[in-house]
Amino acid sequence: MQMIIKNGHVIDPGNINAIADIHVDNGKIVSVKILKKASGVRKGGADGKGLSPEQNVSPGEPEAGRVIDASGCIVVPGLIDMHVHLREPGEEYKETIESGIRAAAAGGFTSICCMPNTRPVNDNGQVTEFIIQTARQCRSVNVYPVAAISRGLAGKEMCEYGELKEAGAVAISDDGRPVVDSLLMRRALEYSQSVGLKVISHCEDPSLSGGVMNEGSVATRAGLAGIPNAAESIMVMRDIALSELTGVPVHIAHVSARESIFAIRDAKARGVNVTAETAPHYFTLTDNDVKNYDTYAKMNPPLRSVDDRSAVREALSDGTIDVIATDHAPHSILEKDVEFDMAANGIIGLETAVGLSLILVSKGVMSMETLVEKLANNPAKILGLESGIADGKTANFTIIDPKRSHVYHAKEGYSKSKNTPFDGWEFPGKVVTTIVGGVVVFSS
Amino acid sequence: MTWTKKDVLDMESLSAEEINIILDTADSLKEISKRPIKKVPTLRGKTVILFFQEASTRTRVSFDIAAKRLSADSISISASNSSMVKGETLIDTAKNLEAMSPDIIVMRHSSSGAPHLLAQRISASIINAGDGTHAHPTQALLDMMTVRERKGSLKNLRVSIIGDISRSRVARSNILGFTKMGAHVKVAAPPTMMPKGIESLGASVTGDMKSAIEGADVIMMLRIQKERQQSFLFPSEREYSKRFGLNISRLQHAKPDVLIMHPGPLNRGVEIAPEVADAPYSVILDQVTSGVAVRMAILYLLAGGMRDADDH
Ligand SMILES: [Zn+2]
Repeated sequence: MQMIIKNGHVIDPGNINAIADIHVDNGKIVSVKILKKASGVRKGGADGKGLSPEQNVSPGEPEAGRVIDASGCIVVPGLIDMHVHLREPGEEYKETIESGIRAAAAGGFTSICCMPNTRPVNDNGQVTEFIIQTARQCRSVNVYPVAAISRGLAGKEMCEYGELKEAGAVAISDDGRPVVDSLLMRRALEYSQSVGLKVISHCEDPSLSGGVMNEGSVATRAGLAGIPNAAESIMVMRDIALSELTGVPVHIAHVSARESIFAIRDAKARGVNVTAETAPHYFTLTDNDVKNYDTYAKMNPPLRSVDDRSAVREALSDGTIDVIATDHAPHSILEKDVEFDMAANGIIGLETAVGLSLILVSKGVMSMETLVEKLANNPAKILGLESGIADGKTANFTIIDPKRSHVYHAKEGYSKSKNTPFDGWEFPGKVVTTIVGGVVVFSS
Repeated sequence: MTWTKKDVLDMESLSAEEINIILDTADSLKEISKRPIKKVPTLRGKTVILFFQEASTRTRVSFDIAAKRLSADSISISASNSSMVKGETLIDTAKNLEAMSPDIIVMRHSSSGAPHLLAQRISASIINAGDGTHAHPTQALLDMMTVRERKGSLKNLRVSIIGDISRSRVARSNILGFTKMGAHVKVAAPPTMMPKGIESLGASVTGDMKSAIEGADVIMMLRIQKERQQSFLFPSEREYSKRFGLNISRLQHAKPDVLIMHPGPLNRGVEIAPEVADAPYSVILDQVTSGVAVRMAILYLLAGGMRDADDH
């Protein structure tokens, strides 16, 4: 039941940034012994000098238990992906709860939140319980269901938020669709707060978003109908207004457009309790990557312009965007090997999020500490989940080797689906171990 | 230079040299249509499938005649009359077509990029006969042939395209085609019908009819579709016609030798006044004639006319 994670560069922003040994017993952290203060972590993680052999000896080896040598690696609080589509129940040919959990573990996530657009929709306690029970049987990554805002995602009436909370939901969202009715959104914010459920908003004005890729010259050349930035930012502004009106926090999902970022930045500056996430594809790709009608570059919101990507990166670095979440959206070739305008939106992302985020760190866009905040501490804070590396906390860790560069091959991934534009990409570092509650659920 | 391309998918992927080969070949084949017996044996034994997922009698008939004048066997498959296409994925349809060993598939589809998807999967040559709002290369080529016949060359000509540029594959292909051959293309439309970044294709943009007409050597009018009012593109046909229709009084600003073109079918009285459509400077029917010649040329080139000339 005991475990020591030895000699890793432990980063828990605001708490610890040092070479340390972490002792775990019975799923909990029992001690964090600092061996050496870390330095030079801005761009590559653990400082290259490492420790001399003498320093490498730590007192008090456990009599029985596992020793994980994390020398040269970064040990961070277990990563949390607050935006995942698991497809079960209903579309198990794309992903099951089990396959999604394996992909999450391989991607370094110790907790994931799954969106309610399954079949049936997760709009009642039974579906929520089914997801939680199925996930528990895997004895791996924690799965926290996000339930629907409206019954059947139809945008007409509220779900029973009290029952959903009791069943184990952590938040509500109609993700995949916007809540068009502003009164319903207002009431959902007001009512859900009283039962302790966070509202996550998929921001889209459907009357403006009747296209299949970003509006601009690339769409014009390809003869594809465009989706303007305003289709997103209008709804972001509305939700900020409703958050101000009700005093209830709102979390904006998958921000892609710079005008959304401007609105969120302004709102935060005047004290509105709004938080936001973006996905790795929005800080990595642009609409120029929609080449030759490649449906693996089709998602909603769409890949935006170079200026939008720059704004997303800036917002990650200045804190306007709090969270990196994958919007992991598995689809089979049935939905993707078709005409571009017929193809389903979305790409898988659990197994590439850390690699793509490390590229941003290597480019100097954000520090390793910021990366950890976006992928662990901030989502935990927003959802009220436990996070952090300190005595008494649950032993959830992600161990990353920041120098183990490797090529990602989708066909070798754990997700059932292979719809990713990042097949064949080289990543500078790799998740080497994922630990949930003191148990290794992935190692490579 | 000889012809090496397997497919004709859009104007973007055709070089100026390839455009010249097609136009020169079309010029030489045009004469066949004037013979008492309008048929040559050139493509005997070749199979051409006309796969029209989106209805279009005019373009299909033009390809059909072109194939028959070259003695190819042509078969039409359309979504409306075929259980093979209804409810089947495009890839499955493609595999079925492939199994019939056609030499060329002429394809019309409502999804932009559909012919490109097919071209990657199929060894037969694909000719794009119009995909979504993306491309209509044979229309652009027949327009260029028509203008070249009248003006001698396309270089430095001023071409104005007027109408719903956003939703027009004809406009996109003509902008790219004429620009490649050294012409200057201007597009005119209300802002609701002007797509973002159209300048990147090489066109200059105006919202003013007078500036589109003045100095133009060629004026190409696009069909206005009534159902487009539903997406708030223009208030009424009446107002559209007043502001962007081509009538005799507007034409007074045009050069005396201006050519009036329209890809058809015409909405007489909406985008084009009847007396303009029927006037001597209108080359709308010449476009139809050029259409058969250009399509014969492309069928000939793709079926091996130049690719493996020793077949004959
Ligand atoms: Zn969404």
